Amino acid sequence: MINIKGSKQLSNNIRKHAVTMASLGGSSHIGSILSIADILAVLYGSVLKYKSDNPNWPGRDRFILSKGHAGAGVYAVLAESGFLSKDKLSTHYQNGSDLSGHVSHKGIPGVEFSTGSLGHGLPVATGMALAAKINKNKHRVVVLMSDGECDEGSNWEAGLFAAHHKLNNLVAIIDRNRLQSIHSTEDTLSLEPFPDKWKSFGWEVVEVDGHNQEEIFNACNNINIPQNKPLCVIANTTKGKGVSFMENNVLWHYRSPQGDEYKAAMLELEKNDA
Amino acid sequence: MRDAFLATLTTLAEKDKDVVLLTADLGYGVFEEFESSFPGQYFNVGVAEQNMTGLATGLSLEGKKVVTYSIGNFPTLRCLEQIRNDACYHDANITIVASGGGFSYGALGMSHHTTEDLAILRALPNISVVAPCTDQEAGEATTALIQGGGVGYLRLDKTSAKDSTIESHFFIGKSRRYKDGDDITLIATGGILDDTNIASFELKKLGIDARVIGMHTIKPIDIDEIIDAATNTGGIVTIEEHNKDGGLGSAVSEVCMDYGVMPKKFLRIGLENMYSSIVGSQQYLRSRYEMDSEAIVSKVIKLVNS
Repeated sequence: MINIKGSKQLSNNIRKHAVTMASLGGSSHIGSILSIADILAVLYGSVLKYKSDNPNWPGRDRFILSKGHAGAGVYAVLAESGFLSKDKLSTHYQNGSDLSGHVSHKGIPGVEFSTGSLGHGLPVATGMALAAKINKNKHRVVVLMSDGECDEGSNWEAGLFAAHHKLNNLVAIIDRNRLQSIHSTEDTLSLEPFPDKWKSFGWEVVEVDGHNQEEIFNACNNINIPQNKPLCVIANTTKGKGVSFMENNVLWHYRSPQGDEYKAAMLELEKNDA
Repeated sequence: MRDAFLATLTTLAEKDKDVVLLTADLGYGVFEEFESSFPGQYFNVGVAEQNMTGLATGLSLEGKKVVTYSIGNFPTLRCLEQIRNDACYHDANITIVASGGGFSYGALGMSHHTTEDLAILRALPNISVVAPCTDQEAGEATTALIQGGGVGYLRLDKTSAKDSTIESHFFIGKSRRYKDGDDITLIATGGILDDTNIASFELKKLGIDARVIGMHTIKPIDIDEIIDAATNTGGIVTIEEHNKDGGLGSAVSEVCMDYGVMPKKFLRIGLENMYSSIVGSQQYLRSRYEMDSEAIVSKVIKLVNS
């Protein structure tokens, strides 16, 4: 069973790392990282099978972050999970570093696939899931996407394919924080009725509170899901979650926390430490 | 060329269960036998080239040797970013096959004229760009690209030149000589080598002894053969069924500049930076845009006498 306490600390550590990395690097997308911290914590704490001392272990579950702009969150959870040193995180976004702003696999153990341009993760994850079916492998492929990313048509091409081929080893988690780069998703290009769209494409759809770790865990490991469909977990989240002045504020898609803002953000997060 | 490609692919797929063919809903009347012979090695992914290339990358990262197939610009330009970010950056083993290079589908209109692909694809790091000149070469390139690993682009023309009588092994990046000669060197890529060969015979009759090179690989290009032609013959003429910007002629001239070896004379024959709203057969359009054997002969005579 899930160790909620451990995962809560893990998600808080991811948030603290991410805020520090965004501050040191003068980098953006902190809101998008904070919204997936709980999902990453549950995935790496309780759901994904992996061996951090053997990142290419064939039996591992594959994980792709399709919303590559939240790459700092993945670097943070990989550091917390033993794939890379926590010291390395401070090089993120710096001259000469291989910890790029958008997640890159080159030289970074544990990163399965590099992204940064939206709409790439799901087709590749679908290919990995198809390969697992052909090879009769038991591992799963999990891809974490953004809701704004679903504007990209390539996702719907892959959505058709995965359902047609009954890829029940594929899980797409969508960070439904409802804010994209400039406006809300609904003011930009309406996605609703969002769950119905995925259902009509032939996916099993589960909606969860993306900050309730038990709900995320149960959705990913729900034994009642049909065995002939890919699974879409729509995780309703708050962009900027965990830092009150960043929450649900589109400003923090691009803003980097500096000075007093950085101190205030860290103070708030540190209060959640066990 | 397509038949040679398919025959070779079939042989490879028989021997190696990791060879997988994806088609974006093209190949009616072509792939049926392959599909029935190799379940689990053939998927019609639908009319969805972006997903096809992403799928191919995912399959490749799990050990498959993937061929993506469509016609014209669909498997390349439609999904260029997937080729760049997914396939090339991840060193995937993917052979991208476009049936219908140049004006192969000349009558179908501008959308099907494949006349910028070589330039666009060769701008990417981590890819081989191959336009076979003969049917045999199409088969040889298929084997070399799939077994060699990495990302490859294979451009198949509807028409093809006759195989070289000068025996040589096929290597990616190593051109073939079809005729020796010193007065001028004609370098062609793809099936239009046929017009080039014909032109060389006509030129011989007129007293111009041309060397003919089939440059089946645009990237990596055969540097030694270009330097030799620039140094030891009367000049270089490149012939491509492709826009002049960025294609074979550009690649050849880059080598000359980089290595400081200036051909005595130089001319690029190709499409003059345009889209054709005029349709017609491949041979008609070659003639209309002055890249057929007749045009090559007259342009070479003019160049030699200049």
